[in-house]
Amino acid sequence: MLIFEQSRSGRKAVGQMPAKVEATGIPAALQRKSAPTLPAVSEMQVVRHYTRLSQKNFSIDTQFYPLGSCTMKYNPRICNSMALLPGLAGRHPYAPDSSGQGLLACMYDLQEILKEVTGMCGVSLAPAAGAQGEFAGMAMIRAYHDANGDDGRTEVIVPDAAHGTNPATAVMCGYKVKEIPTRSDGDIDIDALKAAVGPQTAGIMLTNPSTVGVFERRIKEIARIVHDAGGLLYYDGANLNAILGKVRPGDMGFDVIHMNLHKTFSTPHGGGGPGAGPVGVSERLMPFMPIPTVAKEGDKFRWLTEKDCPQTIGRLSAFSGNIGVLLRAYVYARLLGREGMERVAEYATLNANYMMVMLKKAGFEMAYPERRATHEFILTLKKEAKEQNATAMDFAKRLLDYGFHAPTTYFPLLVPECFLIEPTETEAKSELDGFIDAMARIKAEAEENVDQLKGAPYTLPSRRLDDVRAARELDLTWKPEETNV
Amino acid sequence: MPFIPHTEQDEKEMLAAIGVNSIEDLFDEIPAELRIDGLSDAVPAGLNEMGVARLMGECAAGDATGLNFIGAGAYEHHIPQAVWDITTRGEFYSAYTPYQAEASQGTLQVVYEYQTMMASLNALDVSNASLYDGASALAEAVLMAVRAHRKSKSKRILMPSTVHPAYRTVVKNIVRNQGLTIEELPYCAESGKTLVAELAKYEGEDITALVIPQPNFFGVLEDVNALTDWAANNNAISIAVVNPMALALLTPPGEWGEAGVDIACGEGQSLGVPLSSGGPYYGFMCCKQKHVRQLPGRIIGRTVDLDGKPGFALTLQAREQHIRRSKATSNICTNQGLMVTASTIYMSLMGAEGLARVASQSVNNTQALTEKLCALDGVEQAFSGAGFHDRVLRLTKPAAGVLEALTDQGIYGGYAMAEQYPELADCISVCATETKTEADLNAYASALAAVLADVEAA
Repeated sequence: MLIFEQSRSGRKAVGQMPAKVEATGIPAALQRKSAPTLPAVSEMQVVRHYTRLSQKNFSIDTQFYPLGSCTMKYNPRICNSMALLPGLAGRHPYAPDSSGQGLLACMYDLQEILKEVTGMCGVSLAPAAGAQGEFAGMAMIRAYHDANGDDGRTEVIVPDAAHGTNPATAVMCGYKVKEIPTRSDGDIDIDALKAAVGPQTAGIMLTNPSTVGVFERRIKEIARIVHDAGGLLYYDGANLNAILGKVRPGDMGFDVIHMNLHKTFSTPHGGGGPGAGPVGVSERLMPFMPIPTVAKEGDKFRWLTEKDCPQTIGRLSAFSGNIGVLLRAYVYARLLGREGMERVAEYATLNANYMMVMLKKAGFEMAYPERRATHEFILTLKKEAKEQNATAMDFAKRLLDYGFHAPTTYFPLLVPECFLIEPTETEAKSELDGFIDAMARIKAEAEENVDQLKGAPYTLPSRRLDDVRAARELDLTWKPEETNV
Repeated sequence: MPFIPHTEQDEKEMLAAIGVNSIEDLFDEIPAELRIDGLSDAVPAGLNEMGVARLMGECAAGDATGLNFIGAGAYEHHIPQAVWDITTRGEFYSAYTPYQAEASQGTLQVVYEYQTMMASLNALDVSNASLYDGASALAEAVLMAVRAHRKSKSKRILMPSTVHPAYRTVVKNIVRNQGLTIEELPYCAESGKTLVAELAKYEGEDITALVIPQPNFFGVLEDVNALTDWAANNNAISIAVVNPMALALLTPPGEWGEAGVDIACGEGQSLGVPLSSGGPYYGFMCCKQKHVRQLPGRIIGRTVDLDGKPGFALTLQAREQHIRRSKATSNICTNQGLMVTASTIYMSLMGAEGLARVASQSVNNTQALTEKLCALDGVEQAFSGAGFHDRVLRLTKPAAGVLEALTDQGIYGGYAMAEQYPELADCISVCATETKTEADLNAYASALAAVLADVEAA
C-alpha cells in the first residue's frame, strides 16, 4: 500500500507543525491554487509505513551483499552518529570559517590521510560521488592540456571492460572515446594500447585492480607508453579496497585518481547515495584541483576558494561537497588507523580468493582461472546457461531466496553470463561458506529442474518484476484519481 | 582488528583451502617494486570507538554555536525526530542502488512515492530519483534542454543574474567543454527582479533555453508567468529553479504562464535534510512527460510481478551510463538516495498543510526580522519586489565588518553580497525560518544596533 492510499482529508501530524499563519506579502497572481498531492496521515502511520517498507529491503545490516565493484562492507554505526552531532549537522554552509574549526580540522586531516593512502600530492574532497570525481579528474586533464596550449588532444582511451561512467565522463569533458580490448588473461592488450596512443591522446582511464578483478601487472609500462605520448593517466578508484596500504596509485604512475568513500571508506550506500568522490592529483595537476579545499594556516583552518586557486576547474556543487559523508569516512579512517587499513586489503583479498577456490571446487567456471583474485573475481555461468538454460539472472534471483543478495550480474559486459563477486573483509568465513553452499544447491536445482530457478524468487515481497512493462507503460507517479477504498 | 571477524583458525583453514602459506602470498601478482612497506604516520594509529567519540565530540562542541540567520540557498528548518530515526534504519542506510528489484522493494517504493510528491509539488508529470544538489541539477537541466531541443542549434542559454551565484558558477564549470554559450540577464536595481523587457533583444534569435528562478537569490519573486510565456513564444525550453518548500505557497512551475515550464529543478535540502555545512543535500528534477527520455539519473516505475502483483523497478535504464556508456544522458551513477528517503518521510509527516505552515512562518518571520532591522538607523531594504524568506538589506557600514562583529556576539547575521554582486557591496542577505522566535529576532536586532553603534564610535 502506498502512503497516499492511507491519506484521509483532515488528518495531520499536528505535533510536527508550527502554528498556522497566513503568509503576508505574496501577490495573489503568484499564489498556489491547489494543494500538492501529499498524504494526510498521522505520525504513527508514517513511522509504521516507512519502517515496514524498510523491511522489504536487503541491506548490509541484514544480508550478505557481495556486489562486485561496490564494496558492500559493514558501515559502523558510530560513523553515522558522529556526523549527526549538532555542531556538525547543524552548521550552515555560509557560516564563517571561524565557526567550523572543528569540522575544518577533520576535513584537513582527511585530505592528509587520503594523500598518504593514495600516494598523491594533493587531495580535494569536493566531488559529490565517484562519477563527479571522474568528471573532476578528466576536467583537470583537459585544463592541463589547455593550459599548455596543447589543444590537439581530443581522445581518451578507455578499456572495453571499464565502468560505464568512464566513457560517459570522457564525453562530458568533450572528448572522443577510444576503446581498447582486454586480453584473455585479464590484462590490457599492450599492443593495442601502443597502436592507440598518439598526439591526439589526452589520457587513459584505468581501474587497477581492473574491473575484471585482477591486478594489471604491466601498469608501469602502460604509464610509460601513455606519458611518452604526452597523455595523462586517470585512476578510477572503485577498487581501492583491494590495495589499501599495499600499493598506491601515485606510485603506479597515475596523475589523477578519484576515490569512492562510500566503498573503500565504508560510508553508507543509502539505497543509491549519497557518496563522496574525492580526487587526488600528481604535482602537475595541483593548480587545477576542484574547490573548495581546506588549508591550514598556523593553527587555523580555512576553505580555499576561486581567489586562492585561479586555475581551478572550480566548484562542482553549490557549497562544499558531501560534508556529512566525508565526516563518516573520517571517523572510519580514525577507527581503522594505518594498521587497520592494511588489514582491509588483506582480508578482502583473502575472502575473495577463498570464495573463488571453493566455488571452483563446487564446479563453477572462473573467467580468469589462472589469475589470483584481488578483492573480487568473476565467475561465468555460460555453461549452465547453455546446458540448462540457467542464466546468471536466474542464479541471481534464486540466491535471493537463500537469503543472499546477488553479486553484480552482467558486468563487465565482455564476460558472458557473469557474476562479479566481492565479499569484502567484514564477512566471516561462515557467511562465505553459506553462500558457496547456496550456489552449489542452485546448480543442482538447475540440473534437476531449471523451472525452479526461472520462477525465483518465491520468498520475497515481490516475484520477478516485469521490466519490459515498466518501460513500455510508464507509471512513474501515483495519481489521486486512483483513490481508493 | 576492527570490523574483521576472522579467527586464527578461520584464516588457517582459508589459506589451506587456497593453497598458500600466508595472506602475503595472495599479493604475488603485484610487481614487487610497486609495493609499499606499510603506511607512514601521516595516517594516525587506530582509535577505539570511545576514543573516536571523544575526539569528534570535541571537534563538534566548538562549532556552530551561534544563532543562524543565513539562508542563501540552504535553510534551517525543524526536522521531526522520526525522519532520521527511520532514514538511518540499517535496511535503508546500508542498502545499495536497487538493481535487484525484488530485494529492494522498500527503497523502490520510497522513491516512487517521492517522485509522486515532487512531481505534484512542481505540477509537472514526472520526477527523477535525485541528483547531487541544486547547482549540479541546474547544470544537468541545461544539458537536458540542449538534448531535448533538437531544432535549436545555437546551444545558447539565457541565465538571469538573480540565479544563485554558486549555481551559475557550477553550471559554467560542468558544461564548459560542451560548446554551450551562457548569457546573463540583468535585474532591475529597484525591484530585484529580472528585467523581462531586456528579453526583447533576443526575440527572433535561436535561444535553446531560458532559466527562471523562483524565488530568486535575493528572495524576490520573479514575473514567472511572463518569463515562461516568453520562452514558449520564442521556441526556447524553460527551466525553473525553485525551492520546493516555497512551492507549498507559490504557483508551481507546471502552471507558470500559458503552458507551464518544460523542466523544473532545484535544491531539496529544505525538506528534512540537515544543513551539515553544505551537504549531503540533493538536487531534484521534474519535467513534462514529453521530455522524460532526456531526464538524467535514476527513475523508478511501477509495474507488476510474475503473479500480477504491483511492484517497483528501475526503469528507462537505456538512458543511463551503465547501458549507454558514452551516449548516456549523464555520467551520474550514485545519487543522493538517503536524502530522498528523509525528504519523503518529512513530506509525509508534514503533509500539504504542514509544509504550507512552515513556509508561511518562514515568510512572516523574515518579514518581521526585516522590519525590526530596518527600524535601525543605517539599515534599509535593497529591493522593493515582493519577497519570500530571503531579504537583501543595505547597510551604511561595511557589511563584512558588521557580520564579523555579529559573529562575535553569537549571531550568524547573513550572507555578504559583495563578492558576487559588487554593486551590492554593503548588502547582506538575511533569513529567518520557522525555527526563529520573537526573542531570537529581537536578539538579532539589538545585537545589530550595538554593532552599528560600535562601528559608528570607531
